[in-house]
Amino acid sequence: MTGGATEETNHQQEVTGRIPGALGEEIKIVDQRSTRTLGRAATLFVAAGLLVAGCSSGTPSAAPTTAPTAGGSSAAGSPGASTGGGQLGGSVSVIGTWTGAEQESFLAMVKPWEDQTGAKVEYTGTRDINNILSTGIRSGLLPDLAGLPGPGQMQEYAKAGALKPLTDVVDMTAYSANTAPGLVSLGTIDNALTGIFIKADIKGLFWYNTDVYKAGDPTSYDDLLAKGKQTADTIGGDAKTFCVGLESGAASGWPGSDWIEGFVLRQSGPDVYDKWTAGQQTWTSPEIKQAFEAFGNVIADTYGGGKNANATAFVATGDKLFSNPPGCVFVNHATFITDAFKKTGGAKDGQFDFTPWPDMNPTFAGAVEGGGDLFGMFNDTPQAKSLVAYLATPEAQSIWVGRGGALSANKLVTNYPNDILKKAAAALVGAKVFRFDAGDNMPQAMQDAFFKAVVSYAQDATKLDSILANLDSVQTSSYTP
Amino acid sequence: MDTRLVAAILIVVGLPAFLIGYILLIETLLRPVPERWQGRIRPWLWLAPALAFLGFFLVYPTFNTIVLSFQDRFSKAFVGLNNYAYFLSNADTLVSLRNNVIWLVLLTALAVGLGLLIAVLVDRVRYEPAAKSVIFLPLAISFVGAGIIWRFVYDYAPPGQPQTGLLNAAVTAVGFQPQTWLQDAPTNTIALILVAVWIWTGFCMVILSAALKGISVELMEAARVDGATELQVFRGITLPLLLPAIAVVATTMVITALKAFDIVYVMTSGNFDTNVIANQMYKELFTNNQPGRASAIAVVLLVLIVPVMIINIRRFREQEAIR
Repeated sequence: MTGGATEETNHQQEVTGRIPGALGEEIKIVDQRSTRTLGRAATLFVAAGLLVAGCSSGTPSAAPTTAPTAGGSSAAGSPGASTGGGQLGGSVSVIGTWTGAEQESFLAMVKPWEDQTGAKVEYTGTRDINNILSTGIRSGLLPDLAGLPGPGQMQEYAKAGALKPLTDVVDMTAYSANTAPGLVSLGTIDNALTGIFIKADIKGLFWYNTDVYKAGDPTSYDDLLAKGKQTADTIGGDAKTFCVGLESGAASGWPGSDWIEGFVLRQSGPDVYDKWTAGQQTWTSPEIKQAFEAFGNVIADTYGGGKNANATAFVATGDKLFSNPPGCVFVNHATFITDAFKKTGGAKDGQFDFTPWPDMNPTFAGAVEGGGDLFGMFNDTPQAKSLVAYLATPEAQSIWVGRGGALSANKLVTNYPNDILKKAAAALVGAKVFRFDAGDNMPQAMQDAFFKAVVSYAQDATKLDSILANLDSVQTSSYTP
Repeated sequence: MDTRLVAAILIVVGLPAFLIGYILLIETLLRPVPERWQGRIRPWLWLAPALAFLGFFLVYPTFNTIVLSFQDRFSKAFVGLNNYAYFLSNADTLVSLRNNVIWLVLLTALAVGLGLLIAVLVDRVRYEPAAKSVIFLPLAISFVGAGIIWRFVYDYAPPGQPQTGLLNAAVTAVGFQPQTWLQDAPTNTIALILVAVWIWTGFCMVILSAALKGISVELMEAARVDGATELQVFRGITLPLLLPAIAVVATTMVITALKAFDIVYVMTSGNFDTNVIANQMYKELFTNNQPGRASAIAVVLLVLIVPVMIINIRRFREQEAIR
């Protein structure tokens, strides 16, 4: 989870970083955090006070649940007047993880819908969405629409009967024709569309310095290795094909877990990937071992070797792309890393570009790892239906995209603020298979052991078998319900 | 009104009022009791609130931890000694246990030894306060801060690159290869212990220096007049008289070593075979969601500390008896 949190934070940086003059927004995010901490401190203070004073008079307001506010408005939604276009009135309650700049972008996105229908969107942004939804399913107090934590939770909620299918809500022909097939299938349960993507992001982009690497997009992964090696040899000295930075405090190793997940998905396909995520594929199995070994080959051709990778903070991964002479040719990260290129690497806009991770196994061509904001409907009020249908349209999604910080899975959305994002969106739209971060969807103990395994493997590649055996034993103990 | 404000007022006004009320109440209740019984009952009644607090915040959690350590990860079914078996069979925890032993021996020996040495040496110089202040200063730095400072000291860059780490800069300046100080076991554990020594030496020095000032000068003068060498004075007079202070300081260091957490968490996060049991306990509880295993580790930690405390209390009693 720590890793997840880190990536989440990076995601925020990415958002603020891309918007020109985004300083104000960044400050807003920080503000939000500190007020929350203050609030928590105050709650603690109250709790401590009650204990110390030995006072037993119940103060229910101290209980920090947001669930009642979440469900309250669903009642307001039902007596909506006439359905089918025109003035709907009423309101829709929406819960999402977006706060700060992202929340503003979402509100800007729903504004035209509000103006058109006369209905109101009551949005609550919270990081604690998992808790709120799982308690909501037990109590029945659910928002009309909600951002879902991930595909796994979507399956779970749909099985519990809480999520309503969107098949007759969204214009299916338009949606499936224009959206990346991998994202459509990820949101579909038993042939019924259940979750739509408001926005998404992809991992596994190979970044390079445009002044150094000029060999163009490689046709295969082997071609990428060959072209990288060639470029590194031309530079000479200590230069290697890759730069890797694994250091990230208690979550050290997560960048390597992204590498390995990318290998598993592209080498062995989504079925193995899903089984592996769910704990049904052992780490010692040939498929996973193969992925570790592929990462081992990367480390063997990494600037400074594995020990330097362990000593390098992940934000500084790209520094050697832009040093003189360069230390490496490629850095594998999501789009957020461009921020670090500029801040710690001293790169300028236009000095870097990326090539998507080439396919490794023709059977699983177009497999992409990423993340995204999956949206589902819990109450099928006319307002909620109308809003979901609207959010799925390219017109709605281009609003957020135009504000920066988002990729749309819809190929009709093209108004990206810069070329890098446009290119990343093209890679996303072409995704035939789309998977979320495997580590983030494993039990925490498993993810933690995964990160640690990456670190020890990078330090000493000869220990691979004992590292994988240890991961197997964590797997047996951590997946038990 | 805001509930928080109500609670704050309750604490500030209510708590003292409650305690005064309690004392008045027991005095009223004691009045009809015969005089000689009053003397026996009163101390216990006066002590009762403090005992209740101790019981609730110290004794009850201890017993609850012991109970939890015999239960499964949901703290429901009893699983016998499973959590302890896990602790004693898991390779990771055994490494942690080994590292704690290294911490205990090295931190105690180095911090107390250096503290004593500096206290004795500095006792004779004119700039004593200045020297002591400098050595004492690191104690004012938080462990997390110290960890970050020392991560810079141990920083690594590949050979041939400018070394930003102080230690590697020094090592390469005299012609050696840079080392990954925090990654190479077992020396990386020693590198971490040195950070703790850097912090705690000042503490040991201050306590021992104060004890040293308490030794009467006449005693040493008499020995010197009788022809004792400086070393003999130190071994025959200074050291025995300092022993109680050394025992106190050493106990503190032993407990500090067993509780070591922050430095390891910040500098290596337990990677590269540097984990310690406190870090392991934290991880079992907050990352792995295994309260049973975490409690078992806590109990082991408690059991390890108890003998040290008993020895310490016994010494303390003996000293009291002498006085």
